[in-house]
Amino acid sequence: MPGAEKHLRVTFLVAPAYLWLALTVFLPLAVMLFFSFLTAVPVGGREATLTLQHYVSFFTKKIYWYNALRSLELAAYVTLACVVLGYPVAVILTRMITGRAREAIFLMIILPFWTNALVRTFSWTMVLRGPFDIIFTYPAIVIGLVHAYLPYAVLTIYVSLQAIDERLIEAARALGASKRQAFMRVMLPLSLPGVLAGVFLIFIPVTGSFMEPRILGGKDAIMLGPIIESQFTATFNWPLGAALSFMMLAIILLMLALGYPLLQRHMER
Amino acid sequence: MRFLGLTYLGAILAFLYLPIAIMMLMAFNQSPLYELPFTFDLVWFKALAGNERLLTAGWNSVWIALVSSAIATSIGTVAALGLARNEFTGKRFLQLMLFPPITIPWLIIGTAMLIFFFWTGVGRGLHAILLGHVALSLPYVIVVVGARLATHGPELEEAAASLGARPAQAFFRVTVPLLAPGIVAAGMFAFAVSFDQFIISYFLAAPGTSTLPVEIFTAIRKGFTPEINAISSIVIIISMSLVLVVSRFYRFGGER
Repeated sequence: MPGAEKHLRVTFLVAPAYLWLALTVFLPLAVMLFFSFLTAVPVGGREATLTLQHYVSFFTKKIYWYNALRSLELAAYVTLACVVLGYPVAVILTRMITGRAREAIFLMIILPFWTNALVRTFSWTMVLRGPFDIIFTYPAIVIGLVHAYLPYAVLTIYVSLQAIDERLIEAARALGASKRQAFMRVMLPLSLPGVLAGVFLIFIPVTGSFMEPRILGGKDAIMLGPIIESQFTATFNWPLGAALSFMMLAIILLMLALGYPLLQRHMER
Repeated sequence: MRFLGLTYLGAILAFLYLPIAIMMLMAFNQSPLYELPFTFDLVWFKALAGNERLLTAGWNSVWIALVSSAIATSIGTVAALGLARNEFTGKRFLQLMLFPPITIPWLIIGTAMLIFFFWTGVGRGLHAILLGHVALSLPYVIVVVGARLATHGPELEEAAASLGARPAQAFFRVTVPLLAPGIVAAGMFAFAVSFDQFIISYFLAAPGTSTLPVEIFTAIRKGFTPEINAISSIVIIISMSLVLVVSRFYRFGGER
């Protein structure tokens, strides 16, 4: 096929999907970035001038930077809990259960993750107000989020554990390593890419969560996510909300940049 | 050791399913204040049948999920074909562009869409929600269909062509049947993404008309009744059945 014709065909095939993404995701993000430097939303003849004030506010007003740190702290707790709870599940699935039973249990673990997150969060309000009565507290937010993201951790760790050559562990044992040593020196290092992938997949959305804190957290819900949401639904300060959204994105990108070399190093091994 | 492991697995499964089970149970409990003892009653489902607001929202959720998954699956499949069967400059870039919509928190994408749609005059409402849902499903469709395409090379299409099939014939009689499991799975994936989507819909909904998750959120914040449990149970059962059907078509690895 001649080059020009092939080029035309490829363009024709990929254009609808990518135009759609450009017009509904990438262009809106660019426009939001622009708005975050304005004093007001330039609609209906309102005067808007360029300013850095929203970004300055983020660093100078405690309500913003402090609650950004609270969002990161929450994400750290939830991620840690998911990995610690999920790792043994992945080990049990790969090493103790086989065949159809494994497939069935695996499906049972990822099934809730494909159901409505809002409804699942709501379902915790029944449990947490009952015998334990910890609804509208910080632990309630953590429990709800761990419930939502645990399947991610199990899934990514399971995939990396499955890829480990069984003979490596047998070799370690044959050479005199204890079970503990074989785990610490062979299995755990080899499964780290899966753990790190899970950490990214959980940490990012939890940093940006607002619905779970709102439903389960009561007055402990004040974090960056809910603060951004209220700029758009309650106080209508869109430029400030846009700037806070981009600060959140910047924090997430920073975390990715810090974590990426780590991930890459373990991929190469 | 084995006993300990299975007990732990049981505990984790209980943690995952217990709240959902309790919520469903309460949908059948007579007490409006979630009080025990449990008395079986269908009163909340009957109340739901008369709740015009929730039913309209439910219908909106269903048709938006149907239309958005149809659009996303068709243009996404075509894009996956373009990406998989050709080598060209910028291909890597196009593939990378699928990740931001998946990884950037929906809160940020949702607020960006709100600002952009408002500013350009597209406005808020069901049409805006539809535009947004297609965008969210597209990367998943392209990845899922792409994975299916990667499992077989272009040899079969080439064989069809060398045996005299026109490009259109080769496409509809060779490529599409081969891709069918991937396309069906992608379509159901896209339906699930839209049907369960709350955050984007929440920002793009116009006052008064919205999808089911947004209505449920509003109801929860206003002080809820077991009616919400009833509709939530129905939503959970629909999503779970859908995933079970998908899992018959598609193993999360590309091959059947």
